[in-house]
Amino acid sequence: MKKNSAVLYAVLLAGLAGAFLFSLGIGEMKFSLAGALADWLSGRMSEAAVVFSEIRLPRAILAVLVGASLGLSGAAMQGLLRNPLAEPGVLGVTGGAALGAVLVFYAGGASVFGMALPLGGMAGAFVSVWALYFFAGLTAGVQTLILAGIALNTLAFAGTSLALNLSSNPYAALEIVFWQMGSLSDRSFEHVWLALPFVLAGWGLLLWNGRALDALTLGEETAASLGISLKALRRRLVWGTALAVGASVSVCGSIGFVGLVVPHLLRPWVGQEPGKLLKASALGGAILLLVADSAVRLIPSLNELKLGVVTSLVGAPFFIYLIMKMRRSLL
Amino acid sequence: MSTLVASDLCFSFGDRPVLEDVRFDLAPGEVVGLIGPNGAGKSTLMKMFVRLLEPSTGSLLFDGKPLSGIPPGTLARQMAYLPQSQEIYWPLTAGKVVALGRIPHLAPWESLGPEDEEAIAEAMRATDTLHLAGRPVDQLAGGEQRLVLIARLLASAPSVILADEPVMGLDPCHELQVMELFRDLAVRKGKSVAVVLHNLTLAARFCDRIFLMHRGKILTAGAPDLVLREEYLRESYGIEARYGREKDGFYVIPWKRIGTI
Repeated sequence: MKKNSAVLYAVLLAGLAGAFLFSLGIGEMKFSLAGALADWLSGRMSEAAVVFSEIRLPRAILAVLVGASLGLSGAAMQGLLRNPLAEPGVLGVTGGAALGAVLVFYAGGASVFGMALPLGGMAGAFVSVWALYFFAGLTAGVQTLILAGIALNTLAFAGTSLALNLSSNPYAALEIVFWQMGSLSDRSFEHVWLALPFVLAGWGLLLWNGRALDALTLGEETAASLGISLKALRRRLVWGTALAVGASVSVCGSIGFVGLVVPHLLRPWVGQEPGKLLKASALGGAILLLVADSAVRLIPSLNELKLGVVTSLVGAPFFIYLIMKMRRSLL
Repeated sequence: MSTLVASDLCFSFGDRPVLEDVRFDLAPGEVVGLIGPNGAGKSTLMKMFVRLLEPSTGSLLFDGKPLSGIPPGTLARQMAYLPQSQEIYWPLTAGKVVALGRIPHLAPWESLGPEDEEAIAEAMRATDTLHLAGRPVDQLAGGEQRLVLIARLLASAPSVILADEPVMGLDPCHELQVMELFRDLAVRKGKSVAVVLHNLTLAARFCDRIFLMHRGKILTAGAPDLVLREEYLRESYGIEARYGREKDGFYVIPWKRIGTI
């Protein structure tokens, strides 16, 4: 078993490195990565070095941060709710972050300074966690949390629609719609630095829970009798997801299905263990998003395809396939 | 010097009282049976011992100290609990499920050591589940799952074992095996064992003492032959029983219902 998981991590890490390099190599301009890297490191700002360091590198790094956040928090939510259909947005954090960003758009804040948008998203994510606790109470059980999450998502969706509805400027409305589709294009290191501390803090909170999630396999009563504090577990997972996913949505919009599909795909490879699934899903999510973001740039189209559109287009049929497979195993 | 002592416990769900003035004690080296009709409060009482529920009044002492003052991690190393429900949400292998019993003994990032592996193997050997170790639990029969969960309970190597209907769904042979195992743990290893049972004969044969619960109260408690008497069974379960005696104990067979009580 130990050998198996070592092989799995080796494969995932190699995949991550490969997908990262591949992503760096894609773009309109062709240049040697090694040359650009050497130029950049020696401070010689050749054209290749500028494209590499200001466009490609932040884009690839963001793909890793966002993809890993989605995969990790998806695995964490599925473990917490003991439901393979849970995803990072189930508690309303994604909806809240999207609404926060949209409100900044609506108020015209995005044109005042570039970082207003992600900051608005982050504020939205935090407000949604407070609202979650306000609705569900500090000691809420899983069912209450899910219901409160549904309510919050509905509310956030209504708010977003209202902003679109009332928007006097059709271009602004279009921009909101496009932003919501999720994308990693035209992001800079500023975005990376903004998201990084929140994402890392979120990862820290989420990765801590492997053993507690393992214990939850036997239900809440057994987990509690094994010395696991369920209240602390829920608190860490809710805040961890809010930090990691909130920051992700804030810098690149909503990207669907990664957090749902990645844990699903990897679960059989970690012996179904929810604890081991956390790290594996983080790696898997990063790989998937790097690949999807590379595909977006490689598929020829009139407008650049939005990343969230592609992940949903690929993810939804895959999800349907999973459901059909599950249905067959139930029969 | 009893390990676990409960006095005057009261508890209610909303305004419906579930436990009223319950007194209970459990000492090292004995198997204590909790019996009584459905809804009598047996499981609720068990949950209080592991602090899944807090009593509204009354006191719970563990080795003379208030139970509520003991950190959950410390308590988990000394007390293991098998709930009545048999939920296993992910199809882990049976071996992995049993390994979950070691969680209280592991630091957050620590992986299983040789001592843990030994405890797991021993628990699986004792419950006859070693041959199931590599099988996903969703492919096991209900009784096999129960045995795996009992192995999980034993893998914690606790000094106090609390099992809510451990023999639920087991065949007669494994019923006897599990009860013998509990008996052995109490007598040879000095563990304190409390089990909720519905099988009166198992209670009669394997328990040192029995607490008979009825409508949230302890109707009577003491040695099996004193508790499993006609009048008590009539009052609590509303049944008439047949009795028999062998060299190594007596048996009680529920025979017929008595109108309504």
